[in-house]
Amino acid sequence: MSADSDTQFTLWEVFVQEKTGAPHTHVGSVHAADAELALQNARDTFARRDKLVSIWVVEAERIAASRSEDAAGMFEPGPEKIYRHPRFYRPANPKKKA
Amino acid sequence: MTTEREPAASVSEPASETEREARFLERIDAGEKIEPRDWMPEAYRRQLIRMMSQHAHSEVVGMLPEGAWITRAPSLKRKLGMLAKVQDEGGHGLYLYAAAETLGVSREQLVQALLSGEAKYSSIFNYPALSWADAGTIGWLVDQAAIVNQTLLAKASYGPYARAMQRICAEERFHERQGYEIVAAIAQGTPAQRELAQDSLNRWWWPTLMMFGPPDSESRHTQQLMRWRVKQESNDSQREWFVNLVVPQADAIGLVLPDPALRKDPTTERWLHGPIDWDEFKTVLAGGGPCARDRLRVRREVHASGTWVRAAAEAFAAKHASGEGAQ
Repeated sequence: MSADSDTQFTLWEVFVQEKTGAPHTHVGSVHAADAELALQNARDTFARRDKLVSIWVVEAERIAASRSEDAAGMFEPGPEKIYRHPRFYRPANPKKKA
Repeated sequence: MTTEREPAASVSEPASETEREARFLERIDAGEKIEPRDWMPEAYRRQLIRMMSQHAHSEVVGMLPEGAWITRAPSLKRKLGMLAKVQDEGGHGLYLYAAAETLGVSREQLVQALLSGEAKYSSIFNYPALSWADAGTIGWLVDQAAIVNQTLLAKASYGPYARAMQRICAEERFHERQGYEIVAAIAQGTPAQRELAQDSLNRWWWPTLMMFGPPDSESRHTQQLMRWRVKQESNDSQREWFVNLVVPQADAIGLVLPDPALRKDPTTERWLHGPIDWDEFKTVLAGGGPCARDRLRVRREVHASGTWVRAAAEAFAAKHASGEGAQ
């Protein structure tokens, strides 16, 4: 790297956990040269107030993501799959009068 | 890159531009949020990059007027508050740069646009903070005006922008409160101190009203931005909302808004401000503000003096990546 190169580093996505037992949720992104600095930047950027118990950072380019154009087929919802829900099943109750 | 950064080309059936645009507007009308990988009209992308990057630059340049007062704060409490506020502004700039980057512009491009003077930022930050009262007035007025604007933008149709705004709004309430507390304290002091607070309000009032942008009759972008649900309210209606928030606040601490034409509409019970000097607004926006050159000079110096830090971080990361430094 030449001294005059202008870089803003790699992009990292930031996930934080607000309390133990809670999932890590995506809160935004930071730029950093490596993982250690990404964690530090994430702390400075996303943990100035909120009490957090954990931060994950992951290089943005390592994340594989689905495409919005494919969502219709990929996440075809359940209207045709009612058998996946408990209400589809009605056990016969011999004590209950029809 | 495979995350939300890059809008992917569709593999599904090709639709004509008109069909795609119609589908896009249907989604907007249905109140759906547009996400980075969704199809969007080029004009929507361009407008958002313009708005979000200006907004980010404003946060970054916005650190400067008050930053100078950190070391001059009159007490430890005030210093802590001012430090935290200025640090927040830096953080808000980062949220917004990252959100703008989801539209395909790089951080390097954004930073360069600011440093070269090509990018715009809020005209308000080209005014000087001359007294400690100004440090309070900025929080009270400028941050409150920003909250009005940003509360609406938190509902913007572009997901990353709305999310950044939600985080910012949650943090910015404190900026307004600490500023108002500073001004209120000065206004309750000696006659000379009260005069200091009044003088500060006199100088900042009109520039703050200009923050909402040109009047609706002259706003080039408003109509389209409202159609896309990026903006929810016009410049003038946001300005009026702000005036109605501040009138009772100024009154409560015994200060007078420097507007002889300020009046209450007898039917709506709403406060209406007098005419704004739009020539001043245009001059300041075009870089003629009292501090315009100084603000950019400071940004350039800061960027240049950080060069070795960025180079060192990169060199360190490269060394560790190659295994050389691993032990």
